[in-house]
Amino acid sequence: MISANLSAIFYLISGILFILALRGLSSPETSRQGNFFGILGMIIAITVTFLTVGNFSTAINYVLLFLVIGGAIGAFIAFKIPMTAMPELVAGFHSLVGLAAVFVAISAFLNPQAFNLGLPGDIKLASLIEMSIGAAVGAITFSGSIIAFLKLRGIMSGSPITFIGQHFVNLILGISIFVLIYYLCTTQSESFFWSMIAISFLIGVLLIIPIGGADMPVVISMLNSYSGWAAAGIGFTLENTALIITGALVGSSGAILSYIMCKGMNRSFFSVILGGFGGDSTTSKEKKKDQKPVKSGNAEDAAFLLKNASSVIIVPGYGMAVAQAQHALREMVDALKKK
Amino acid sequence: MEIDPFIFRFSIFILSIFVGYYVVWSVTPSLHTPLMSVTNAISSVIIVGAIIAALASSSNNIFETSNIFGFLAIVLAAVNIFGGFLVTQRMLQMYKKKKKDKK
Repeated sequence: MISANLSAIFYLISGILFILALRGLSSPETSRQGNFFGILGMIIAITVTFLTVGNFSTAINYVLLFLVIGGAIGAFIAFKIPMTAMPELVAGFHSLVGLAAVFVAISAFLNPQAFNLGLPGDIKLASLIEMSIGAAVGAITFSGSIIAFLKLRGIMSGSPITFIGQHFVNLILGISIFVLIYYLCTTQSESFFWSMIAISFLIGVLLIIPIGGADMPVVISMLNSYSGWAAAGIGFTLENTALIITGALVGSSGAILSYIMCKGMNRSFFSVILGGFGGDSTTSKEKKKDQKPVKSGNAEDAAFLLKNASSVIIVPGYGMAVAQAQHALREMVDALKKK
Repeated sequence: MEIDPFIFRFSIFILSIFVGYYVVWSVTPSLHTPLMSVTNAISSVIIVGAIIAALASSSNNIFETSNIFGFLAIVLAAVNIFGGFLVTQRMLQMYKKKKKDKK
């Protein structure tokens, strides 16, 4: 068992390693090193947590067992998944983080004396607010990611699903979460806690269904950010600096990344994030499409056009990756350059 | 005058937000997906909370409801840790190959 101060120092180190990981991932030369830093940071965080708890009873065997089971499943998925299924895989992984955050919050709520948060039915006010926020954001992340996953996987229609009064319903539900947290804090009643989590699940679904499939990468990155905030909320509850540092880091970098991606796709950040508003602009996009018909042709037509064109702009897309046409495209470009 | 530990944690929280904000600004567009996947892997640091929840006990019974939620959270987070980092690794390997092609 190591002291709380020492473990805080180690958590700081793992936080720094996570920062280096994010930094490394922003340029191709350092990216692999960055991933390595990330793994190292995670190993330190987990080991230190074990040492801090220092409760080497039989329970720890179960912890290791579950760790290995989860790890094996994760590794299996990571090796099996085709590269083109990457976006939905990341979405699926987010849902796990969200659900894990909800579970940790529930655990803290059910057994507060083990975390020094007070007694059941008499939990410290600040802790109660923090764990409620963690649970609510985690639940939104979970159900939102599930919807994103289903949409990308094609199990659910990728087109925006909207209904009349959607924003109004979202607003009401959003307000009701705060009302429930308020009542939870004043009455300490368990039923408010459960209903708050249930409504958060519902909000997650409602937030993501109006968003079209093309905007999904931004949404996934945004959900990533949410999962970070959830972790930070839990971190405040458990007074754990590793969770606070990393949660804030992931939260803000995810938000910025989705903002950058929005700019790259020429979409307004807020219209994507606020869900339903995205639906309006997609319909206007479709109108524009009607006015400018897409020209499609067979290979021979294309070859003729390419041969006579003075300049060619190739826009690689998702379809090219699915068809694994990168090398064919490269050969074509080489052939064109020779002329 | 003592400062509430919460304020310390809150300062750490705010400063980390700024670090995250500045660190990702300069990312190259082609690395968006790996960066997303690595942030996802890092966010599974929630496992720290899960381990604490699983091992925290006020009685001798290691399988109280609160512990079971902790164990479930460990499994979920572990899937994410291994899956997330390995997938990132796989993606980055692709970039390496592409570079060789260009040379």
